[in-house]
Amino acid sequence: MTQFTLSAIVMALIHATGWTVVLSLVSFAGGGLLGLVLLFARIGKSRWLQILVKGYTELFQGTPLLMQLFLAFFGLGLFGIDVAPWVAATVALILWTAAFLAEIWRGCVTAIPKGQWEASASLGMTYFEQMRHVVLPQALKISIPPTVGFSVQVVKGTALTSIIGFVEVTKAGTILANATFQPFTVYGLVALIYFCLCFPLSYSAKVLERKMNVAHRH
Amino acid sequence: MSYHFNFDWVATYWPVFLSGIWMTIQLILVGGICGIALGIFCAWARTQGPRWLGWIVAIYVELIRNTPFLIQLFFIFFGLPAIGVHMNEVAAAMLAMVINLGAYSAEIIRAGIEATPKGQFEAGASLAMSPIQTFRHVVLVPALQKIWPALASQVVIVMLGSSVVSQIAVQDLTYAANFTQSRTFRAFEAYFASTLIYLGLAIVLRFALLRFGDMIFATRRRATR
Amino acid sequence: MSLIAIDALRKSYGSNEVLKGIDLKIEKGEVIALIGKSGSGKSTLLRCINGLETINEGAITVGGQQLVNDELHLRNLRQKVGMIFQQFNLFPHKTAGQNVMLAQQVVKKKPKAEAEAMARRMMERVGLADKFDSYPDQLSGGQQQRVAIARALAMEPTALLCDEVTSALDPELVAEVLQVVRDLAKEGMTLVMVTHEMAFARDVCSRLVFMHQGRIHEVGRPEEVFANPKTPELRSFIGMAH
Ligand SMILES: Nc1ncnc2c1ncn2[C@@H]1O[C@H](COP(=O)(O)OP(=O)(O)OP(=O)(O)O)[C@@H](O)[C@H]1O
Ligand SMILES: [Mg+2]
Repeated sequence: MTQFTLSAIVMALIHATGWTVVLSLVSFAGGGLLGLVLLFARIGKSRWLQILVKGYTELFQGTPLLMQLFLAFFGLGLFGIDVAPWVAATVALILWTAAFLAEIWRGCVTAIPKGQWEASASLGMTYFEQMRHVVLPQALKISIPPTVGFSVQVVKGTALTSIIGFVEVTKAGTILANATFQPFTVYGLVALIYFCLCFPLSYSAKVLERKMNVAHRH
Repeated sequence: MSYHFNFDWVATYWPVFLSGIWMTIQLILVGGICGIALGIFCAWARTQGPRWLGWIVAIYVELIRNTPFLIQLFFIFFGLPAIGVHMNEVAAAMLAMVINLGAYSAEIIRAGIEATPKGQFEAGASLAMSPIQTFRHVVLVPALQKIWPALASQVVIVMLGSSVVSQIAVQDLTYAANFTQSRTFRAFEAYFASTLIYLGLAIVLRFALLRFGDMIFATRRRATR
Repeated sequence: MSLIAIDALRKSYGSNEVLKGIDLKIEKGEVIALIGKSGSGKSTLLRCINGLETINEGAITVGGQQLVNDELHLRNLRQKVGMIFQQFNLFPHKTAGQNVMLAQQVVKKKPKAEAEAMARRMMERVGLADKFDSYPDQLSGGQQQRVAIARALAMEPTALLCDEVTSALDPELVAEVLQVVRDLAKEGMTLVMVTHEMAFARDVCSRLVFMHQGRIHEVGRPEEVFANPKTPELRSFIGMAH
């Protein structure tokens, strides 16, 4: 048995962390874009689209992310594509992220008081002008803290992709724990790495929210 | 697409799914009840407890909220034995869920406590109740009532998150799907079925929790109507 | 010996000194009205007597025991001195009766039956025997305040502190609460109340304490004080109030 030094373990984990970060960024960006599309469908005028998107979000929020990953992995395979884990991981995480972001942002839009709609309507604005100039700018502002907060869930969500075989930091941790027989140290380090990725995000979400609350009161 | 869906395996494998569902239910029962109890204690510690305890709880809460549940599970099941703490996979899964829900519910319940009007604390104090008596008899129930929907959502999230306990060989619903697909090679169908079951469980659990909340908190509606 | 003795009491919030040396002795059975402009420190004084605020200097003695700021002493004190708040502060998740029973059970460790009997007597005393099983949000403000009084009385305090107990009430509900307070005064309860009801103060109080900028500015029997205020501040205050 080869002896693994602590620094070797750390280096290997940090290397794999790169993939966690890349996957998180791609999922968040992709999920954000798709989420925006869903958002407009959800708050738009078509009842059909509204119901469709509502069903979509409830499906993705009401089932385990792990199942979504499995379904993406094996479901894409049904089309005869030989799916690499990273493809399934990215697809599933984007779909999942979009569902949550769309719902968070919808909450922000509906939080804009009715008076803002009425005031802008009374100024003769069209629906799109109201959205563009009055509602969305305000909604955007209040959406920042919960959006940043949700990014933590995305980073943590990427850990599940290890189960379908994508080698990011959790998978690297599993491999290393088996190889080194030091699961305590290895999983401790993996936890620490996630903490270092997530804590700044959740902390800034908290700070942003506090600032917003103070700003609102004055 | 030339693929043909095939659910013939259901006839043979439904008992596996049934026992998987039962395991998932047991996990969330224990995890939910103990997790909320832990959350109440931590929320008390952060709002009323001694300063040092508040700090410990704050660190615990941040550690749990900023790391994946899967890693918490692996750490408990694979990591702890290395320092002499052994437990079977079901106990590890339950412990992980309790610890996880404890941290999230602590924050949720704390928000409820902080939203309690100051006058309630003062009324308790002016009646010579100790801070703990005031917390237990005056503050806690209305605070829980206020945040119950959020707490219910969190319990559902933890239930859905429990699907990863199959990774330490707990024979839950996801394990049933894994098992079935490895025997039948009907992976998509097996996961599709279990996904739908999870969706059903989530809906039922949420509904049950909200009804339960109505029952324990809204006694006054029954008393008057 | 006085029931409540306040000695050179000072209280600050940060750099803002709110009570600047208060001396006041209150005998058993006295009914004291604290009057004064908004911000003069009336509520703060009451809250200090009940130990809801920690004092910076001076001493408060209740029934011969000095108020010390530790848990045990405070709870002892609060069993002797009850407090009624402007906002009632009833417990929303408990019925009126349970509100009155709770502290008896958890603080005095009375058995339920005994606590309930006492609660029923106190509810009767404030004229709400039939509202025993109602929840606070089913009661009017005046009824809620009377429950709050019953709740404090059930602890058998030797004195009651009342902070503007009618200020949060609609005008037509004020009288029913004042009537309860009036009855208490008649029965010999020691009362210290902050009030803006000048007519009521003149009627039932044995002494009037006028506070101004954190000090006691004038003290006296109500008829004297009203008939012939010595300081321009009190004169203008009374003028304002009328
Ligand atoms: N918790 C607090 N923190 C800081 N300052 C306070 C606090 N409570 C009261 N004060 C200040 O202390 C002063 C006296 O307040 P207090 O409530 O005792 O006045 P009051 O005579 O009861 O007035 P009112 O008639 O309006 O009730 C005020 O200037 C107030 O701003
Ligand atoms: Mg006041």
